[in-house]
Amino acid sequence: MKRYLIFLSKYKKALILAPLLVVIDVICEIVQPKLMSTIVDQGVRQKDMSFILHTGAFMVALSLIAIATNVGNIFYSSHASVGFAAELRKGMFSKIQEFSFANLDKFSSATLTTRITNDVNILQDVIMMSLRLLIRAPLMLLFAVIIAISINAGLALVIAVAIPVLATCMYVILKKGFPYFEKMQKKLDKVNLVVQENLINVRVVKSFVRETFENKKFGHSNNELREMAVKASGMVVLIMPVMQLIMNLSIVAIVWFGGNAIIKDTFQVGQLMSFITYITQILMSLMMLSMTIMTFSRAEASSDRILEILEAPADIIDTASAIEKNLQITLGKIEFKDVFFKYHSNGAEFVLKGINLVVNSGETVAIIGATGAAKSTLVQLIPRLYDISSGKVLINDIDVRDYTLFNLRINLKLVLQQNELFTGTIKQNLKWGNQQATDDEIIAAAQDAQAHDFIMSFPLQYETLLGHSGINISGGQKQRLCIARAILRKPAILILDDSTSAVDSITEAKIRASFSQHLKGTTIIIIAQRISSILSADKIVLLDNGAIIGTGTHDDLIKTNLVYKEIYNSQQLQL
Amino acid sequence: MSNQETLTSQTTKVAPAGMPGKHGHISVEKPKNSKEVLSRLWSYLSKESAYLFLILVLLNINITCTLIGSYLLRPTINNFIIPRNISGLITMILLLLIIYAIGAIAGVFLNRIMILVAQKTISNIRVDLFSKLQSLPLNFFDSAKHGDLMSLFVNDMDNVSDALNASLLQFLTSSIMVIGILSLMLYISPLLTLVTFIIVPFMLWVASAIIKKSKGFFTTQQKALGEVDGYVEEMIIGMKVVKVFCFEGVAEKNFESLNYDLRDKATKAQLYAGVMQPIIQNLNTINFALTATVGGLLAIFKGFDLGGLAAFMQYSRQFGRPVNEISSQYNTIQSALAAAERIFQIMDELAETSDIPGAIDLVDVKGNVEFNEVTFSYDDDKVILKNISFCAKAGQKIALVGSTGAGKTTIMNLLPRFYDIQAGHITIDGLDIMKLKRGSLRKALAIVLQDTHLFKASVMDNIRYGKLEATNEEVIAAAILSGADSFIQRLPKGYHTLLQNDGDNLSQGQRQLLNITRSIVAKPVILILDEATSSIDTRTEQTIQKGVDQLMKGLTCFVIAHRLSTVRDADEILVLDNGEIIERGNHETLLKQKGKYYQLYTSQFD
Repeated sequence: MKRYLIFLSKYKKALILAPLLVVIDVICEIVQPKLMSTIVDQGVRQKDMSFILHTGAFMVALSLIAIATNVGNIFYSSHASVGFAAELRKGMFSKIQEFSFANLDKFSSATLTTRITNDVNILQDVIMMSLRLLIRAPLMLLFAVIIAISINAGLALVIAVAIPVLATCMYVILKKGFPYFEKMQKKLDKVNLVVQENLINVRVVKSFVRETFENKKFGHSNNELREMAVKASGMVVLIMPVMQLIMNLSIVAIVWFGGNAIIKDTFQVGQLMSFITYITQILMSLMMLSMTIMTFSRAEASSDRILEILEAPADIIDTASAIEKNLQITLGKIEFKDVFFKYHSNGAEFVLKGINLVVNSGETVAIIGATGAAKSTLVQLIPRLYDISSGKVLINDIDVRDYTLFNLRINLKLVLQQNELFTGTIKQNLKWGNQQATDDEIIAAAQDAQAHDFIMSFPLQYETLLGHSGINISGGQKQRLCIARAILRKPAILILDDSTSAVDSITEAKIRASFSQHLKGTTIIIIAQRISSILSADKIVLLDNGAIIGTGTHDDLIKTNLVYKEIYNSQQLQL
Repeated sequence: MSNQETLTSQTTKVAPAGMPGKHGHISVEKPKNSKEVLSRLWSYLSKESAYLFLILVLLNINITCTLIGSYLLRPTINNFIIPRNISGLITMILLLLIIYAIGAIAGVFLNRIMILVAQKTISNIRVDLFSKLQSLPLNFFDSAKHGDLMSLFVNDMDNVSDALNASLLQFLTSSIMVIGILSLMLYISPLLTLVTFIIVPFMLWVASAIIKKSKGFFTTQQKALGEVDGYVEEMIIGMKVVKVFCFEGVAEKNFESLNYDLRDKATKAQLYAGVMQPIIQNLNTINFALTATVGGLLAIFKGFDLGGLAAFMQYSRQFGRPVNEISSQYNTIQSALAAAERIFQIMDELAETSDIPGAIDLVDVKGNVEFNEVTFSYDDDKVILKNISFCAKAGQKIALVGSTGAGKTTIMNLLPRFYDIQAGHITIDGLDIMKLKRGSLRKALAIVLQDTHLFKASVMDNIRYGKLEATNEEVIAAAILSGADSFIQRLPKGYHTLLQNDGDNLSQGQRQLLNITRSIVAKPVILILDEATSSIDTRTEQTIQKGVDQLMKGLTCFVIAHRLSTVRDADEILVLDNGEIIERGNHETLLKQKGKYYQLYTSQFD
């Protein structure tokens, strides 16, 4: 709870006023039955018309005040709760911006999204309820009990019995029902899994003619879900009738005891009527309270998920000395000195083992190796997307940790394997590479990435919308746009992580040609599958299982390195 | 992959129907044609009409008991308490106990039966929707978003289920209750009921005014919420790119403005949604106050009996709740109807065309495939394939090459009739595939795709998917043949290892091997390899190649490949461009032609 206070700090006024208004509201409401009873017991009995009229007017006035305080309360509590949610979302979003790749790997993007949307909404409801129901229900309960006792302490014993009985019933029902809901959720997930698998595997299902089989599978999960749902909801729907029964029994008890008291002249009809109303109110408040508490207990899971984000240590941040020095990257010499790396500090095995490598400024270096050789990992250490476990990564002989993240990354462009374009026009997307780029620069970059021609084939050309409401582009086109985006600034270092896999080889060759023409000073690191893509590299680095097992030009390696030769042969033709 | 995760995580919400916590999130959706949706829902519900009738009876018993119980206050006070008649009081108390007990029993049964009916209905709808999906043609899945289809099962079903579980009954109860209370009020004192008749229309007017206002705010809130959610999702999926491009600052700024826009709109929406219930409640309190006042005056001047007043006051207090319920359930029911409408829309989609009358079973297939002047387009406007003709003899290997979008995969989707052609003929062993039973046609084929998707089941069952009645021995034999056996043996539980999340505990190469093994078990005659090894590095590919070779043995094979090294030994290579075959021949002759193939090939091996 403490952790959330800062998100509420803007709304102090609302946090104080909302509960205060609830108190006034409760007082206005709680005296109504009592006033009504005086109308009957004093007004009617003594045939005092003006008393009746005055009391009636007073009751109406109280209701009007109650309306005003209610509107006020809701005004302030929605301000506070919605504002809280907005601040919390902002805080989480900023926090996620600070996340390193290691942080991001830990949370899948989907769970991050649901946390920042659904879970925050749930907490918003909690704040709203706290400022209203959570104060109102116990106050109502308390005041109603006090007034009931003041009317007739003896009769209040009925309340003393009814409250624990109702509380026990609610407890038992919820306690029994809740595990059913958890089980039902699991069954529901199972049903959804079948649906999801079928959507993804639609070709497999159809080609093996397994429609009937899948229908049966679904039917089975669906029946399990239905049975559990009947059990779970079957418990919950007991609440209302049980509540009704306890309430009615209490009323009967009050009519019996109260009726006896009236007969003995120690009680009055009006009081009996108001007493019935109070006991109704008490039991309703009690039910409200337990429902609220239950909602809160469910919100706990959301809160945990949110805190997990807020409290995750952002592990890659600027060092003080880096901020002070504010070094820029102009040249692209890269050096790995005895680098060891693993993703989790408690991981058993190093992913990269004793990497030593020098890439001179302006060189083109290719990295090849089997899937899982840690090629992507290696290059992601350069812009500090992960921090190394031991050793050193230097750019222009300065440790990467001595640059600020911004200076380091702005002149070093990495085209990731899983690359994303964003909702917006093609031009807006390309401008990610350089916000200040002119149209000519954008076109030049697109031409170099062999993207210009297909962009011009769209009716809206560079203003074509991508993303949700936009057009669909092919994988190869997407990769070319990503490359254009990366080279827009003419970075000192360009890293292409298998980023032309969906581009056909003719186009790929053209991209390489334009690089050597227009990105002369840029250090280029290419991760590739096809040896044909990297034949012209200044240096080829062969990575296997996290270690470098060969470095040199193609001609060197083909002579000296067996593994390289094997890969080469596997791709080579037998002419 | 990430898309998939979004879907599963959406399903993890625990919100039992009819419990608080959903307040404030009024939905503003409306069905386009309520009548139609209602009548279709009714066709499901009416299967349980006996139960529904019972529910209606029990509901009436329950409400009658409640109302009579309150009414009995009148004679109790008038005839027994005021005249001090203890024995009469005892009788009345016993009567009350009996009535309330009956009411409670009716209440319990009523609610439980309703749950049974609701769950049975929703379960029937789910099954129908699922089997409808199974029957839909492939192009439906190409154009529909997975997320939207998932949402039908996750969100829309949930809405309908909530409405059936709780809202429907509450709506009915409240409506009957209002009528019941009003008639009893009229019976006790028509004059006093007048007060209610003045206040109630006012209450309804206020309620509808607030609802109208709040709907507008909710629409704008929903839009702002959609924008925030969309932005968050997009930025988080692209987070790594954001970091690489140092875009954090811009992202935060953009988010902040969307976020505050949402806050301002949501505050208004919350306010309007929130005030309705207390305002109605307090108007009812005013009604209560006025009734007490007028009732008191009537008691003095017209001799209105105290018992009647007491009963009347009870009703007057009870009156607010059903009115409130009706207005709040109305929205839930509307959005449930909108959800049901979306579900029914999918159910109305055209299924795969059924087999023509007299369609024959494809048996003892040899594997001669012929395409004759085949022309195809997805939706009439743009021709995707033009005049495709080729012939594959049994046991031959045919390769299809060409750049992305040339139509290679489309051709191969025609053979199993995933799509039906507009002109030309496709024959297998001389039989037109249109005249074959679709199931028997597909059984003769096996397709190995680039994307390897597995099911959450054991390795054994995943392989067995190729042939459900395959014995364990058959499965293992196939795995040995494909070379998958060695890695399966090393899995924690061997063949009984459960594959999680689309098999993400396996490497891509291993998943592809399972895929191939699955096809071996299926014993096809014709095999389609659609970029089966494209996403695997060349060394891993070599290990898989053994499996592929085993699978291909003796089959008619169609190979679509990116890496031309894998298609060199094909009997015929078809080079496609823009939906047409522009070159054909074996590797050597094509190279000699120095055309497109030569270009593609040399650029890969220069």
